Amino acid sequence: MSAADLSTLLVWFATTAFTITLLAWTLDLARIAERSAARRPAVAPAAVPVGAAVGLGGTSPTDDPAAGGDRRADRSPFRSARAEGIGRSTNVLGVALLLAGIALRGVAAGRWPTANMYEFTLVGVVVAMGVLAVVQRRRALPFIAVVVSGISVLSLALALLVFYVQAEAVQPALQSYWLVLHVGVAIIATGVFTVGFASSVLQVLRESRETDRSHLDGSWGRVDPLRRALSGWKVTGRRFAWLEQVPDARSLESLTFRLHSIGFVLWTFTLIGGAIWAEHAWGRYWGWDPKEVGTFVAWVVYAAYLHARTTRGWSGRRAAYIVWVGYAVVLANFTVINLVVTGKHSYSGLG
Amino acid sequence: MNATRRPEGLDDAFLDGPTQAAPPAIGVVGWLRWAWRQLTSMRVALLLLMLLAVAAVPGTMVPQRAQSPEKVTAFLQTHTTAGPWLDRLGFFSVYTSVWFSAIYLLLFISLVGCIVPRVRLHAGALRGRPPRTPARFGRFPAQGTGASPDAPQTVVERAAAVLRAPHRIPFVRSYRVDVHDEGAGTWSVSAERGYLRETGNLVFHLALVGLLVAIATGQLLHYRGQVLVVTGHGFANAQAQYDTFESGSAFDPASLVPFTLGLDSFESVFDPQTLAARDFTANVTLTEPGGAGQASTIKVNHPLTAGGALVYLQGNGYAPDLQVTDAAGEVAFSGPVPFLPQDSVYTSRGVVKVPDVSGGQAQIGISGFLLPSAVQMGETTWRSVSPQPDDPLLVLAVWSGDLGLDTGVPQNVYTLDTAGLVQSVTAAGAPVTVYLRPGDTVELPDGLGAITFKDLPRYVALDLRYDPATGWVLTFALVALAGLAASLFAPRRRLWLRAGPATDRDQGPTVVTAAGLARGDDLGLDDELDRVLAATLGRAPTGPDDPPAGTSDEVSSQEARG
Ligand code: HEM
Repeated sequence: MSAADLSTLLVWFATTAFTITLLAWTLDLARIAERSAARRPAVAPAAVPVGAAVGLGGTSPTDDPAAGGDRRADRSPFRSARAEGIGRSTNVLGVALLLAGIALRGVAAGRWPTANMYEFTLVGVVVAMGVLAVVQRRRALPFIAVVVSGISVLSLALALLVFYVQAEAVQPALQSYWLVLHVGVAIIATGVFTVGFASSVLQVLRESRETDRSHLDGSWGRVDPLRRALSGWKVTGRRFAWLEQVPDARSLESLTFRLHSIGFVLWTFTLIGGAIWAEHAWGRYWGWDPKEVGTFVAWVVYAAYLHARTTRGWSGRRAAYIVWVGYAVVLANFTVINLVVTGKHSYSGLG
Repeated sequence: MNATRRPEGLDDAFLDGPTQAAPPAIGVVGWLRWAWRQLTSMRVALLLLMLLAVAAVPGTMVPQRAQSPEKVTAFLQTHTTAGPWLDRLGFFSVYTSVWFSAIYLLLFISLVGCIVPRVRLHAGALRGRPPRTPARFGRFPAQGTGASPDAPQTVVERAAAVLRAPHRIPFVRSYRVDVHDEGAGTWSVSAERGYLRETGNLVFHLALVGLLVAIATGQLLHYRGQVLVVTGHGFANAQAQYDTFESGSAFDPASLVPFTLGLDSFESVFDPQTLAARDFTANVTLTEPGGAGQASTIKVNHPLTAGGALVYLQGNGYAPDLQVTDAAGEVAFSGPVPFLPQDSVYTSRGVVKVPDVSGGQAQIGISGFLLPSAVQMGETTWRSVSPQPDDPLLVLAVWSGDLGLDTGVPQNVYTLDTAGLVQSVTAAGAPVTVYLRPGDTVELPDGLGAITFKDLPRYVALDLRYDPATGWVLTFALVALAGLAASLFAPRRRLWLRAGPATDRDQGPTVVTAAGLARGDDLGLDDELDRVLAATLGRAPTGPDDPPAGTSDEVSSQEARG
């Protein structure tokens, strides 16, 4: 078996591992939902630790009774320790397999493995799942795990089935160390934005629950058939009782922000690095190529998010909506622009 | 929900951005002031940012003149109703349109109006002292207590030394520190760090302004020319020598440095299996004014510097060297004709226009394909199997009549306007196809003359660009990046520590209380307070994995709730 084939096989294994991660966390989430719904009266929102900090890589404050409460919550009977264990270990295993697959891909092609959409997706997933593993190390956040591993499994499937191209050397325009710097950093930023996106979704859900507001409520709720059909899915209802097990909206907001500050700095670097590379390769640093526009739009949207956070009336929930727009732009910039629009970035190798 | 957590009633909290604008005063000046305040408010900045993002999108959906004029023409032909309207509204040149420019100019005016007052305030803050120790610590997000056998003054001075000492980053003082004697044996220390955070933010925003100015300057002064050069030939840096040339409005044509550049040879490497391009090298000789010729190379990603401009290798192909003689036997055309590659095996399309025929003969137009490595697939079908010239073949159709060159309308040299031409056909009515290999001379149909395929040199497409501002653009971009990182990652904190004589119920002669406040979210604040307390009281700091210290009476801190 050649290195390239072995690489593909490892990617399939990693996809399988991440699918198990996804299932394990979904099970955990379902278990929590079920049990906290059943025991709802016992767990009034007030009993939820407030001010709990979510540690990114072990920075959580320690001698804080609230944080102590968090750890107890981790061991609460709501959770399925087995599922969480499986989720964590397959996550790490998958990252290891995928890293090996990516490295072999680089060996097979004889270059840095970030030259086409297939490779881009692999590296992006490895970063997202890596960040997930770090975020989950201290404190289990099954919801974030489900969103991130869900997106990752889908992306890997898409990569293997649609984006796949043979491992080979690249065309002259890509022969530059900027392939490592610019593309590498863009991928890492995308991975970080993915986790940040999941965190912002959780933040909004949790906030709705805290403030006891649901879009499915209201005077139209009984008339509007769509709302009636979805009435079991009210964020304030039993199905979302598990939300009381997650950190409060404010802690999630600050996790969202921290991830996005890292992502934004990386994205800024991507933008500048791309411009420098374009100056070398195409003879201009900026030309409003569709990919450049997409990157710029995402950058401006995330800048808007950073401003919204400090604008009265826009912080919290509304700022999180801007994150969703930003993430949608990042995804569209990768998929639609590479595959549908023709520009100078048509490097998918799928032409 | 307010993202900058701060205990209410804390009047010396960090300054925030401009707050709510007051309702408008009467009169023009009042309205202007109100408008200005609105424009420089964070809310309007936010809206302008979102508007900018939205406004940039149509440029990816509708073809743009600057990038692909031919697609714009095609679009206008297919969308006869919407097209002209989109054109009028500037949708084919979004990024230079009035509305796009208005948005970003307003944004930058807003930015300057927002940042300049902040710079002034911050300059004051940089010279200021840390705020005095608040009377009560009850409301602060981070708090700690402890006891010490030492006198209050000793404890406070030790704390001041701990706070001043570099931490994490060597040689950089971490806190600005003031020690206060509060009377009655009580001492306190106030400390502040993280001016870098605001500095970074201001530097970032100002660098964006610098970036815009640098880009605009470059636009004014730049020039860009494109030229095709066949091996063995060259060009001089003069406006007339370029196939296309455009420049900024402040560009002075006399400033073109008259160097000459000759193409000696061109090498290309293709993957033997996939035939994908791997490497292109143009070997050139550059002669700067007053200098001797210097051999050099141009590769993709590695432009050549010539006369202050950069020369990029943008494309390459084959330019069959052809000679056409007319019916009278006169040479009517001679020279290399660039053919444009259409695919990865360099199947190339090209056109020869022969207007200068002798006598009253009809003008000749020839169009067709070059196959660098021709393989016969069927009776009349040929295909190229490799981009390298292993077995070149020209497959041509012949037209005669009026080439339409005298109408005054500029023509594309790569297409034949067949309006005034008729194609040569055989007796059976099928189009005549002329096949040529290097060295061949073939009679043209209808007695039009003959064509000779003399040689197959290569050509390169060079793109020459001069922009004196790129260095500044890069500098401002990097400064912005550094400022951004500082403003997002440098923690801004205030810490206070007070030591006073114990009342009877406390243990130890001196009780110590401490509080901390941070700007924005600051996960490290509690750890920092613990570190300072521990170092001051001579205790090892609690590690992150230790159990909660809530029960310990030596050092404890607590995050305020709500
Ligand atoms: C070209 C337009 C602009 C861009 C790309 C931009 C970008 C950014 C970015 C990325 C940040 C985050 C850095 C940080 O949080 O410290 C930021 C912060 C900030 N920006 Fe802007 N900005 C722009 C215009 C403006 C304008 C017009 C204003 C004033 C009305 C403004 C006021 C601020 C303030 C006050 C902060 C600090 C927020 C905080 O306290 O965290 N910016 N800006």
